[in-house]
Amino acid sequence: MLFQVRIHGRGGQGVVSAAEMLSVAAFLENKHAQAFPSFGSERMGAPVMAFCRIDDKEIRLREPVMHPDALIIQDPTLLHQVDLFSGVAPDGYILINSTRNFDELGIGEFVKGYRPERLCTVPATELAMKHVGRPLPNVALLGGFAAISGIVQLDSVIAAIRDKFPPKIAEGNVAAAREAYAFVLEEMKEASHA
Amino acid sequence: MDNKSVKQPVKFYQTGTFTVGNRLLAPDERSVQANMTRTNSLNSGHRACQGCGEALGARYAIDAAMRAANNQVIAANATGCLEVFSTPYPETSWQIPWIHSLFGNAAAVATGVAAALKVKGRKEVRVIAQGGDGGTTDIGFGCLSGMFERNDDVLYICYDNQAYMNTGVQRSSATPGAARTATTMAVGEDPGAPFGQGKNVPLIAMAHEIPYVATASVAYLHDLETKVTKAMSMRGARYIHILVPCPLGWGAASQDTIKLARLAVETGLFPLFEAEHGEVVSSYKIRRREPVEEYLKMQKRFAHLFGKQPAVETIARIQGIADKNIRKFGLLSLS
Amino acid sequence: MLKQTEGSHAMAEAIALCRPEVICAYPITPQTHIVEGLGEIVKSGQLTNCEYINVESEFAALSVAIGASAAGARTYTATASQGLLFMAEAVYNAAGLGLPIVMTIGNRAIGAPINIWNDHTDSMSMRDAGWIQIYAENNQEAVDLHIQAFRLAEELSMPVMVCVDGFILTHAYERVDIPSQEQVDAFLPKFEPRQILDPSDPVSIGAMVGPDAFMEVRYLAHQKQMRALELLPQLSAEFKEKFGREAGGLLKTYRTEDATTIVVALGSVIGTIKDVVDDMRAQGEKIGALSICSFRPFPTKELHDALAHADRIVVLEKSLSLGIGGVVSHDLHMALAGTSLKAYTVIAGLGGRSITKASLRALFDKAQKDALEPLTFLDLNTTVVDRELEREKALRRSGPTAENILKQLGTVAATVR
Repeated sequence: MLFQVRIHGRGGQGVVSAAEMLSVAAFLENKHAQAFPSFGSERMGAPVMAFCRIDDKEIRLREPVMHPDALIIQDPTLLHQVDLFSGVAPDGYILINSTRNFDELGIGEFVKGYRPERLCTVPATELAMKHVGRPLPNVALLGGFAAISGIVQLDSVIAAIRDKFPPKIAEGNVAAAREAYAFVLEEMKEASHA
Repeated sequence: MDNKSVKQPVKFYQTGTFTVGNRLLAPDERSVQANMTRTNSLNSGHRACQGCGEALGARYAIDAAMRAANNQVIAANATGCLEVFSTPYPETSWQIPWIHSLFGNAAAVATGVAAALKVKGRKEVRVIAQGGDGGTTDIGFGCLSGMFERNDDVLYICYDNQAYMNTGVQRSSATPGAARTATTMAVGEDPGAPFGQGKNVPLIAMAHEIPYVATASVAYLHDLETKVTKAMSMRGARYIHILVPCPLGWGAASQDTIKLARLAVETGLFPLFEAEHGEVVSSYKIRRREPVEEYLKMQKRFAHLFGKQPAVETIARIQGIADKNIRKFGLLSLS
Repeated sequence: MLKQTEGSHAMAEAIALCRPEVICAYPITPQTHIVEGLGEIVKSGQLTNCEYINVESEFAALSVAIGASAAGARTYTATASQGLLFMAEAVYNAAGLGLPIVMTIGNRAIGAPINIWNDHTDSMSMRDAGWIQIYAENNQEAVDLHIQAFRLAEELSMPVMVCVDGFILTHAYERVDIPSQEQVDAFLPKFEPRQILDPSDPVSIGAMVGPDAFMEVRYLAHQKQMRALELLPQLSAEFKEKFGREAGGLLKTYRTEDATTIVVALGSVIGTIKDVVDDMRAQGEKIGALSICSFRPFPTKELHDALAHADRIVVLEKSLSLGIGGVVSHDLHMALAGTSLKAYTVIAGLGGRSITKASLRALFDKAQKDALEPLTFLDLNTTVVDRELEREKALRRSGPTAENILKQLGTVAATVR
């Protein structure tokens, strides 16, 4: 089954790397995956998007992801500036990098019809600062994504991280991903009890 | 590696003079050209004009290079007179491996040849790029500079006849002030090429601080051969700029080629010098200084400066250029 | 070995496996990652016996390649768009001199207006130069075509352009199978040039050929390129045998056997087209797709045979010849001689405009009903263009179109007061 992810962020936050690592994680589970950025001569700080498709068979489609099954938002300052939610269905997954919840972010109304156990905010930047010392939330968000969607396993995400980064940096990122994963699982439990 | 070049019977039309080699010199000091076993890399039968300075310069330079490199030379040639008159398909007068690609890329093609030889471990084979002033100072300038800055193992030889001769004598950035060309006609208030333009490629080559830069003239055979030989003893980017009079383009008599090539030097207009890594290391001292008029009046391209109302100021300006060169390069032994 | 990696990086690895001896590099989006990847592979010592040269322009890049190839080295370079045009003189020169250089084109639009995104204008501009042009559908094929390209180039003594869609393929992470060195060595023998610059056997290359011989030389060059029509399928078959998968050849058909409508395209867009074809087939529509791999030489006969049974074709192309229309379409008309096929040209994706399933579906539906114009521009903003056309009729102001549209909208450049 085709699963489409769209990642939003700003240039310099590792949005493209996130899509690439996600595709590697899927690959390690023997799935087909395609990752590509919305191309442009972006500068640091400009809104950027990257896409990742995951499927059990060859992916031939090349258009940008117009109907994401999952949305990962690396920078909440984009929320009221860019049409982030274009094409997301009410049963979609939405993962936002923030210490605040959906209501506090001002989109509580917007996600009213959505499935609460598929919506989550995770303080990915804080986790990155804690484990890596740099405010790059992308890796932690992938850990959170593994938890919320189950589309890829945490172990695959970790392997993808280790594949990309040199050992010292990788381990900090792995820790961030693990903690984000646990955090999101916890949030999901609370959401389904609510 | 044996030399498969055919031994041409060399015809000495001027036996009994000192023109071809000097029999008073020790054999190893004699010019390559005086040697019966010279390679004649640019063989006879080409279609150059009578008195062509470039044909002379190319033969002098490549034969010297061949001797220095034990006949292991590959040449890349820019489009221009030399290329056109030497390779009218299906004939060629080149006895060496030779390639002509485009007008502006001789230096780049040579870089490629050198790279291939390096990869194949054929260190003993040397690469020469050659072109006229147009192909070197103008359209080939980018590739030339690139070859210099990478210090590619190429000797670039520019045969400078000071205009685009092959296409009918148009102005190049090597055309001297006041010279008549088809695109700087000797008409109007300011006849001939403008002053205050042009490029001094030997100086630009020096600015790249490449291992060796030299200027030469076809009238100074020994000097030319020595410089080529010296260049071939080095590796890295090297540049030799040879003044080659063009009887047709300069409007001179075809028998005056050598005389003009000598006068250009003896007036100071074309300084002969060598530089290594950006610093002048030697200059040829003028034997008997000549005023620029002696040189200019032999060429119809400067004819408009003479006659009933000589362009005294312009000639003085040209003299000023000669004076500056003499000063700058220390061309008079007493200075 | 299976990898999940960026297209350019996969291509760099494949090219390195072909044991190039001289690589010339000049950066231009979107091929830069390829030459960067190769630079790293050489510098780290992973690829030995290779000179990697950072040149000062694309013109220099191909010129250096010409010299290296003429001296007997297996040579590679890459470019796109403006860079390809900048080296145009050398492109014709390399073909005319019969040098087996392989060059990747990261297909990109040509300015003005400047545009860094994908379309086929660049490689199309050089279609007459005498290079073989092959187009990759996806990154696996991009890898495989490079390996085939060196073999093809050296067998024919003719340079080959491997065309890969800029960004869409070059910058996409995909699963690719990178062959082993042994596999590539078994397929690609050492380069043995027919003519080489070597003091032991001097030859003059690049003489001036006059009116008495030029026609014959060009005729023979044309015939030589036509031989690739036989050679490409042979190489593809041998490749399948040795590497275990389809790649290359002249063209590929998808569900065309009983199709009444066939969509023809080059490059990566065929992937999206196949998805739409499947959707339509599921609803009983008799539609198929055909992707042209070898654009030069143009497989006229093979195209005729593959298309003749249909009622109509839709040529979806990422190239435009101003003043006439489609580029591929016009070549394709030769293949349609003797058929009664209706042909529709659709110009799409220029300058990187996304080609979506939805747009294609609507397009193909119209095609099935023969409700298409002979020439259509997909997803054109008709409001903007109609307004501009009206204004031009009234005012006849010359100047660049892009800026004119802005003037129309009131956003002119700021003035200093």
